Amino acid sequence: MAKVVYKTGDDVSTDTIYPGRFMATVLPIETPQFCFADDKAFNAALQRKEVAPGSVLVGGQNFGCGSSREQAASTLKGHGLVVVARGFARIFLQNSCNLGLRTIICPTIDAEAGDELELGATAVRNVTKGREFPIVPLPPARQAIIDAGGLIAYTRRRLVEPASRQARV
Amino acid sequence: MGMTVAQKILARACGLASVAVGDVVEPTVDLAMSHENTALVINQFGDVFAGTGLTPRVWDPSKIAVIFDHRVPAESAKTATNQKKVREFAAAQGITKFHDVRGDTGGICHQVLAEEGYDRPGYVIVGADSHTTSHGALGALAFGVGATEMASVWTLGVAVNIQVPATIKVVVNGRFHDHVTPKDLILNLIGTLTAEGANFKVIEFHGDAIRNMPTSGRLVLCNMSVEAGATSGIVPADEETVRYLREEAGVTDPLDLVQPDPDAAYDRVIEVDVSTLEPQIACPHTVDNVKGIGAVAGTKVHQIVIGSCTNGRIDDLEVASGRLKGRKIAQGVRMLVFPASWKIYKEAMTRGYIMNLIEAGAVVMNPGCGCCLGVHEGALGETALSTTNRNFKGRMGNATGAVYLCSPAVAAASAITGVITDPRQEA
Repeated sequence: MAKVVYKTGDDVSTDTIYPGRFMATVLPIETPQFCFADDKAFNAALQRKEVAPGSVLVGGQNFGCGSSREQAASTLKGHGLVVVARGFARIFLQNSCNLGLRTIICPTIDAEAGDELELGATAVRNVTKGREFPIVPLPPARQAIIDAGGLIAYTRRRLVEPASRQARV
Repeated sequence: MGMTVAQKILARACGLASVAVGDVVEPTVDLAMSHENTALVINQFGDVFAGTGLTPRVWDPSKIAVIFDHRVPAESAKTATNQKKVREFAAAQGITKFHDVRGDTGGICHQVLAEEGYDRPGYVIVGADSHTTSHGALGALAFGVGATEMASVWTLGVAVNIQVPATIKVVVNGRFHDHVTPKDLILNLIGTLTAEGANFKVIEFHGDAIRNMPTSGRLVLCNMSVEAGATSGIVPADEETVRYLREEAGVTDPLDLVQPDPDAAYDRVIEVDVSTLEPQIACPHTVDNVKGIGAVAGTKVHQIVIGSCTNGRIDDLEVASGRLKGRKIAQGVRMLVFPASWKIYKEAMTRGYIMNLIEAGAVVMNPGCGCCLGVHEGALGETALSTTNRNFKGRMGNATGAVYLCSPAVAAASAITGVITDPRQEA
C-alpha cells in the first residue's frame, strides 16, 4: 500500500519541481534538498524525512513540462517518491526512466492527498475510494532502459559489449 | 507511404530506406550540444565508464558543442567551479566547438549553433536543453534530452531507443500586419494546441508566410514549439536556409535540403491565416494561456525584458530601438535587454541600437540566458512583460512574481507606457 502525499494540477513544470535558481547544484545526491522548493510546507516535510519512501505524488496532465533539467527527476527519486500522473511531458518521462524514478501513466487517476493506493501491474487501485484506474504501459523504448537498470547501466553494457546491440527492443 | 521530414532524417541517420511512426530506432547524432549543465553530463559520463577499465573518451569531439550561457559570468563559487571543470574537460577531450565566457564569440547556445554554422539541414541534433527545438529552423531534427542521455550520446554516438514521432503539419498563409510578428504566430498556435498538444510529436511548418519568413523568425517558431510539448519543430530547408547558412553563417559544404514526400502522412493538419492575427500575450502562469492583446491591455507591468534565445536577435533589437530612440521608458519600469549573442550585441552597437536603448533608460546586459529562468540576474519582484519563452510560476526566480510573454514590438511599446500596450496604437 502506498500513501498519496501530494497532489498537483495539470502542466506542473520542472521550474516548480526544481526551481532554476538551484540548477548550479548538479549531482543527483545533492538535489533532493530543493524538491518543490517554492512549496515551503511540502519541502520542509520532505527535508524532515516525514515522507516515507514509496509514497505517491499524484500529478495531472503534462506533468514535468518545460525545461529538460533532470534535477527534476533526481530530486523526486532522492525522496523515493513514485509519480502517478494522468500524463507526462516527453523529456521528463525520458529523464525519469533514465534515472530510475518510478512513473506510472494513469490517465483517469482520481486520488487525494491521504488516500491509500495499490500500485498494480495494470491498474492503480484507490483503496480509500474503492475505485480502480487502468495504467497505460510505458513506451517500449523506455521500458527497455528501465529493465536494464537505467540509462547509465544500459549505456555501460553497450560500451563493453557492442554485441548486446541486438538485445535492445 | 511517404515520409515526413522527421522520418526522412531519422531514416538517413539509421541507414534505413524508411522508418514508420512508432518504430524504435537508433539514429547517429550529428551534433550534441550542452551548456553549463555539461558539469552534470561529465559526472554521468564518468559513471558510464566506472568499473569498465576503459578511459572515458567522447565518441567524436568534433560533433560536440559546449556553450556557456546560463550563468555568465559565473554568479557563484559553485558555478565557477562547474565551469572550470567543463573547461578542463573540453580541453582534455579536444572539444573545439567550445564557447567560453568571452566577447569576441559566444552567446546563447541556440543562437551560437545557428550563427557559427554548426547547424545543417538534415542533421540529427540533440541538446541538453529543451529549446534545442530551435535548430529545426534550419531544417534539422533537433530535440532536447537530459544530461544522462547526453552522456549516453557522448559514449555511443547515437540516441538510443528513439520512437519515431508522428508529425503535425502547420500551414501558415497570409501576410503579417505591421507590428505583428512570428512570436505572435507561435503564441497563438500554442494557445490552439495547448501545452501538451504536440507532446511526443513533431511540428512541421509550411505555407507562404513561412517561405517568406527570414531565419530569425523561423528560429522563434521552432524555439517555442517545445512549449506545445513538441519533440521538434521543423521548417523544411529552402532558399532562405541556404542564404542564411552561406551568407550569415559562412557555411561552404554541400547542403541536403530534406523535403517531406508529397504523400507523407500527418497526425493532423492545422491551417493558420496570419492576415487576421493581432498581437498575442501568454498570461501567467502557463504558456498556453494565450489571449489577444485587447484582453490584457492596460495591465501594469514593472519589468520589461527583451532578449533570450527566442527574441534577442538583431531584428528584435531594431524594433525596440526604433520605438525607443529619443524617448524614455516609463518611471517605475525597469527594462532589461540581453542580446542572444555577442555577434548580435556588436552589430547592435554599430547600428546605434544599444545607445538608443540605454538613453531611453534600458539596462543592457551581456548575452546569455539572463533573467529568463531566474538563475543569474534580473530576478523578478513583481510583474514582468517579457519576450522570453516561459512564464511558469517561479520562472524568473520568484514564485510571487507574474510573467506575461509577448513580442518585442509589444514589449517596447509597453516600456513607454508602463502598462501592456498594443504597438499598433502607441504613437
